[in-house]
Amino acid sequence: MKRILVGIKRVVDYNVRIRVKPDASGVITEGVKMSVNPFDEIALEEALRIKERGAAEEVVVASIGPADCQQQLRTCLAMGADRALHVQADGIVEPLVAARTLLKLTEREQPFLVILGKQAIDDDNSQTGQMLAALWQRPQATFASKVELDGERARVTREVDAGLETLEVDLPAVITTDLRLNEPRYVKLPDIMKAKKKPLETLTLAALGVEQKQRLKLTRFEPPPQRQKGIKVKDAAELIATLKSKGVL
Amino acid sequence: MSSRILIVAEHDGAHLNPSTAKCVSCASAIPDGEITVAVLAADAGAVASQAAALKGVSRVLTVEHPSSAHPMAAALAPQIAALAGPFTHVLGPSTTFGKDLMPRVAALLDSAQISDIMAVDGATRFRRPIYAANAIVTVEVEPGAKVVGTVRAASFQPAAAGGSAPVEKATVTAGIPAHTRFVSVSAAKSDRPDLQTASRVVSGGRALGSADAFKKTLYGLADKLHAAVGASRAAVDAGYAPNELQVGQTGKIIAPELYIAIGISGAIQHLTGIKDARTIVAINKDSEAPIFEVADVGLVGDLFQIVPELERLLG
Repeated sequence: MKRILVGIKRVVDYNVRIRVKPDASGVITEGVKMSVNPFDEIALEEALRIKERGAAEEVVVASIGPADCQQQLRTCLAMGADRALHVQADGIVEPLVAARTLLKLTEREQPFLVILGKQAIDDDNSQTGQMLAALWQRPQATFASKVELDGERARVTREVDAGLETLEVDLPAVITTDLRLNEPRYVKLPDIMKAKKKPLETLTLAALGVEQKQRLKLTRFEPPPQRQKGIKVKDAAELIATLKSKGVL
Repeated sequence: MSSRILIVAEHDGAHLNPSTAKCVSCASAIPDGEITVAVLAADAGAVASQAAALKGVSRVLTVEHPSSAHPMAAALAPQIAALAGPFTHVLGPSTTFGKDLMPRVAALLDSAQISDIMAVDGATRFRRPIYAANAIVTVEVEPGAKVVGTVRAASFQPAAAGGSAPVEKATVTAGIPAHTRFVSVSAAKSDRPDLQTASRVVSGGRALGSADAFKKTLYGLADKLHAAVGASRAAVDAGYAPNELQVGQTGKIIAPELYIAIGISGAIQHLTGIKDARTIVAINKDSEAPIFEVADVGLVGDLFQIVPELERLLG
């Protein structure tokens, strides 16, 4: 079966104002709204569109994390994914562990395409897709803003610092999504009801043979330095005078 | 114990990207370190001599292969992994080049990666931003493990010129896959300074209203100031400006001397990209816009009147 695997992460919603714990041990995540990482929603949307065009037969969505991840997986099923895989893991899952886990899932599911968000908006690492591609020994096309499939190949336009770059990759391949690839659909109520009946399988890291190794110690969390609040000027002339007096003009 | 640091140079075949000089600065902050810059290219000559001239670099290694004419992570990563053996640290810039490449290198080396290093607290201890730079975390690498990281360019000054490191050809044994092929890159040619490294940036948001107005209103002012042009995500999403101008969490993180935000409300994701600017100016008709919270100088009013007036006053 022509299958796409989409990885998603449960993260603090992008609208939540982040606060560091007073004892510097982490960021407050208790009682805050959690969502599907926005870039991963774009990844799922792209997979669904490919399937709707007839170029794939099944979209499988996977998440690694605590039991609560299943809420986000259900959201993805409601968006249109066919089935979900939840890999149970408590505590920190570093990108290399996530990549090893996704590698096991590619062995199991044999997808022709794996689509992931380009970064998670919590740790902002931007690593998992590239690491998976390395371990899988397959191509990577990161920061994608356009994906065209052509039989055994994909042509991917990437957002790079210089502008737009186009790569051609043999399939299977890993694609990570940038913001402008698509606009994810809204979930409709009947779809939420339907999603409850879709298959959601729970796996464990141990059963997949992945060790949850933590190689980086996160020893201290602190708020960023705050900028001093500035002054208001009344017109263009005063603005220029102010900048001149500050020595920046 | 001394550190042996390998920096992966970013370049376009002819010029060393300024991000590499920032990586050298970051590496220089690692105590007792010896810095090697690796230039992987089809023809490394010109770029290697630029890297050799950076202060603090003790050696430049060149690895030449036709596949390196355009940087592709799948082809570069196995070559860098093959070079990395004797090094304690492998660093690249946190640009789209380094973000694409370095995790692939890290995985081949069975290493974790520290993304966006913003400060060096020791050979194995670093700080990096998380949650769109709303928190800073201190990260420690386990003793004896290789440090693989990307360097947040906005956090470091470029290394000065004046070095004269020897350049050596290196040969590596690495399988370079044919499964990934470069097709094209479309970069708008511009005479303006590069956004990533410009000392002044004029940046526009959704309030510009159209691609035409974006160009007409901002480019004249930018030219007067010898400034680069930037844009908010909203302006890029709306098609007013091309993607390479986007400043923010998912665009470019910049640290100019002067940043002028015009018609930008200041979403937290945008502020992430300009936090290190020395002076932020905001021009916006909404006096409650969050951009004024971080602006050093704010001017409330109609940008379509203020910007032409600024241009006129600047002569």
